[in-house]
Amino acid sequence: MKPAPFVLHSPKTVSEAVAHLADIGEDGLVLAGGQSLVPMMALRVAYPSDLVDINGIEELQNISVENEELAIGATVRHARFYDPVEPGPLGRLLTSIVHHIAHHPIRERGTFCGSLAHADPASEWCLVAATLGAKLVLVSQTGERIVEAGEFIDGAMSTTREPTELLAQARLPLLAPSARAGFYEFNRRAGDFALGMALAAYDDDDGLMRNVRVGLGGIEDRAARNSAAEAVLEGQRPTQSLFADAGRAAAESVDPMEDATTSAEYRRDLTAVCVERALAAAAASSSAQTSR
Amino acid sequence: MERHPLNLTVNGKPYAVETEFRKTLADTLREDCGLTGTHVGCEHGVCGACTVVVEGKAVRSCLMFAHQAEGMEIETVESLEKEGELHVLQEAFAEHHALQCGFCTPGFLMLVKGAVERGEELSDAELRHLLSSNLCRCTGYQNIIRAVRAAIDTFKEKASAVPEAAR
Ligand SMILES: Cc1cc2nc3c(=O)[nH]c(=O)nc-3n(C[C@H](O)[C@H](O)[C@H](O)COP(=O)(O)OP(=O)(O)OC[C@H]3O[C@@H](n4cnc5c(N)ncnc54)[C@H](O)[C@@H]3O)c2cc1C
Ligand code: FES
Ligand code: FES
Repeated sequence: MKPAPFVLHSPKTVSEAVAHLADIGEDGLVLAGGQSLVPMMALRVAYPSDLVDINGIEELQNISVENEELAIGATVRHARFYDPVEPGPLGRLLTSIVHHIAHHPIRERGTFCGSLAHADPASEWCLVAATLGAKLVLVSQTGERIVEAGEFIDGAMSTTREPTELLAQARLPLLAPSARAGFYEFNRRAGDFALGMALAAYDDDDGLMRNVRVGLGGIEDRAARNSAAEAVLEGQRPTQSLFADAGRAAAESVDPMEDATTSAEYRRDLTAVCVERALAAAAASSSAQTSR
Repeated sequence: MERHPLNLTVNGKPYAVETEFRKTLADTLREDCGLTGTHVGCEHGVCGACTVVVEGKAVRSCLMFAHQAEGMEIETVESLEKEGELHVLQEAFAEHHALQCGFCTPGFLMLVKGAVERGEELSDAELRHLLSSNLCRCTGYQNIIRAVRAAIDTFKEKASAVPEAAR
């Protein structure tokens, strides 16, 4: 249970960090919160030759609202979301979700961007990024590119990031002030990874649902939007029976993961429940209320 | 294996040690600083036995490399007792039988120390949620919940008993 030897680099700026990544190439890894990477190194699932520790880079610690987007720097930790980071529905949504991620001491170190880079199918932040359409800023020595979360996440623990690229920032579009958003997660013990979870958001257009987004996590090999559920809901009036229909449509459409303790059929059933409850939570959310 | 010099500040005291980059803060505290109060259980972030306070925040010391903690304020369970007097948390754990074998205890104490000393108004649900971070395999959690609740109350009483001028 001890990590294999490696060389530690502690850059102070993004340009130093990406220079290290370019020098090291394939065998190097970024060290952010370490809350997934260090366990993997202890279990010798990961044995990088070099780690580029980004915790000392001040410019990556920022969180701000620019051009209707919430810009989250690479070392913004989960615990930053305990209180809303912006006053609108997005800030409240993130606050209602963060308590489902691991435990308090892990939230003090683990980062939003590290969760995306790690791409666990049951990561809450991957679900948020995929459902709300986050844009991810990847920086390397040769420049910068911006990738949609849906194209970045490429399967379980797999992304389209190049080894020489640093995920410097995630940009989440703000939700409209009239938006409704809700989240539901099921697991057996507090702090465990979700067996299934769903996120639902829509704009309330005079009682009709518009711009409906429904995402699923922990069910398939990656967090992703579910177009079958969205098609049932778009332009309709929010009712409990419609939410149940959307849940059923999602359940029929998914290709669930299977593991030693949880069958694909179980996850399919759970899909319907998670979608229905996330939608109910969205309908119950109001612009005045701080959900926790 | 190559060792690198490292200056750590633990419980206000400087420690000059030499460790490999791959050595965790937990192992370094125990083996190089001789502070064996911090326990190592699972070594992958699940049990919380290794919880210490770094820069005022409770963290898993098995998930941080010692070299990452250079220049930071580190607090371990050894910092709680002062000149033979136990911390209110330690008193409360003894009083409420919140430990049997004691293996998990340093981790629990460091997990809640901040909340107790800040006098946080935790609801029962919030307290249970916080305590769910760490595992205890023999005492069970009811007495731990009782002890922490009592410590929060005692700490508040003590703080309000200090005359304004002396604060
Ligand atoms: C007991 C336990 C329970 C947990 N439960 C949950 C849970 O319920 N839900 C959940 O989502 N997570 C959970 N986690 C994981 C935790 O949220 C991690 O913090 C998160 O997955 C990774 O973030 P990190 O900053 O710690 O990244 P690290 O562990 O530092 O890195 C993870 C991976 O991403 C890469 N990486 C990180 N940041 C960047 C970057 N900026 N650019 C490029 N590559 C990067 C690293 O090289 C590494 O491969 C749990 C962890 C533990 C120990
Ligand atoms: S030893 Fe660190 S969490 Fe178990
Ligand atoms: S007292 Fe024995 S494990 Fe908690």
